[in-house]
Amino acid sequence: MPETLPPTAVVIGCSAGGVHALGTVLSELARDIACPVIVVCHTGSEDVEMLREVLSFKSAIPVQEAVERHWPQAGIAYLAPAGYHLIIERDGDFALSVDDRVCYCRPSIDVLFESAAAAHGARLIGVVLTGANDDGANGLRHIRAHQGLAIVQSPDEALAATMPAAAIRVAGADHIVLLADVAPLLNRLCCP
Amino acid sequence: MNTSVKRADIDDIEVDLFVRALQQRHGYDFSGYAPASLKRRLQNLVQSGDHESLSALTGRMLRNDALVPEIIAGLSVPVSEMFRNPGVFAVLRDEVLPLLASYPRINIWQAGCAHGEEVYSLAILLEEAGLYERSQIYATDFSDAALARAQEGIFPIKEARTYSENYLAAGGQRTLSDYYHARYERIKLDGNLRRNIHFANHNLTTDGVFCEAHLILCRNVLIYFNNTLQNQVLGLFRDSLVRGGFLCLGNRESIDFAPAASAFTALNAKARVFRLANHA
Repeated sequence: MPETLPPTAVVIGCSAGGVHALGTVLSELARDIACPVIVVCHTGSEDVEMLREVLSFKSAIPVQEAVERHWPQAGIAYLAPAGYHLIIERDGDFALSVDDRVCYCRPSIDVLFESAAAAHGARLIGVVLTGANDDGANGLRHIRAHQGLAIVQSPDEALAATMPAAAIRVAGADHIVLLADVAPLLNRLCCP
Repeated sequence: MNTSVKRADIDDIEVDLFVRALQQRHGYDFSGYAPASLKRRLQNLVQSGDHESLSALTGRMLRNDALVPEIIAGLSVPVSEMFRNPGVFAVLRDEVLPLLASYPRINIWQAGCAHGEEVYSLAILLEEAGLYERSQIYATDFSDAALARAQEGIFPIKEARTYSENYLAAGGQRTLSDYYHARYERIKLDGNLRRNIHFANHNLTTDGVFCEAHLILCRNVLIYFNNTLQNQVLGLFRDSLVRGGFLCLGNRESIDFAPAASAFTALNAKARVFRLANHA
């Protein structure tokens, strides 16, 4: 049964308040997490090198910028490059596009989530954290439609409630949890 | 087999049938495109045209030629902005143009020009470097609709501010408004900039070498191609460049897996500016 197969990827989306939230999640991840963690965080800046450095300082696992045509490896957190949509090909490789913004954003969480859902199906975990727009809600709906698992940060606790609230409204969720509980849950689901 | 796998597989079959129908019926070959972004663009076409499904669009496209320009426009190079990633234009200005200045005649090919934002940026760059009189820019795209737009050189006025900031960040020596007239909601670039630009239809997937270029600019086009087609087009660029010629790709493009990339060395890796090796 697909339920018993371990996840092959975790995708995370966030915007306002996301740097802090990501820091909390990545700092508590187990080093032996058995799949890649792929992140879109809206920053609006020219490149994500600064974000990468900030998160690297806190993260328990290496943080890298995703490179097109490369295959994401287990135990590494990848950030979408600034100004590009990050897409997962059916074979799992990273791809990029500069097509129109989605929800005023590029990279867009929806674009990452939808493509990852098609690639990983039931073996994908989608996580929506704090954020100030509704990017990610449709993507999370796709993940659930492909039998993947949806985790949403509790809007009551999120620095910006709009994004997690929209995700719950549009997609529903398998787990609505406090920020501090996201990493322990992922560790339980993704570690051997 | 579980239902989620089936669902994704059905989507893939629909995309595959569309690609084959478009190729056999109208001659456009998208079989070498990266599947995930192609699928996304096709979904957008289905939505914007109010088609029930991609299969429905495939059926209409087979019988209705009038749909083809819209489809090609939807699947072609997305619009850019003038002096997008200003740092790259600064590198062209400071590191590439001084080397091109030694040629009596300079040929530049911009492959995938979309609405022309970067072609006009190049023309301005050459003008300010005092090289434009002996330069020819070949701006190509496989979408006739895009070429027609590029030829007009008209852009929404709401973009002007970003363009101006980019221009200055790229080291522009004047103000960008010296090069355009604002009227109503649009800006029109000075027609004089067009004097050495040649717009032509060229399809990177099927057409061959057509000029001997000193610099090829092809930014964020190959990201839409699979590894095989990316390698094929890099080979086309290699064969189109003079020895020691330059190739400028998009900021986050990776040619790590393309055998044809071995012909190039990085002049400025961060700006993705490469140089064709000098050996015979």
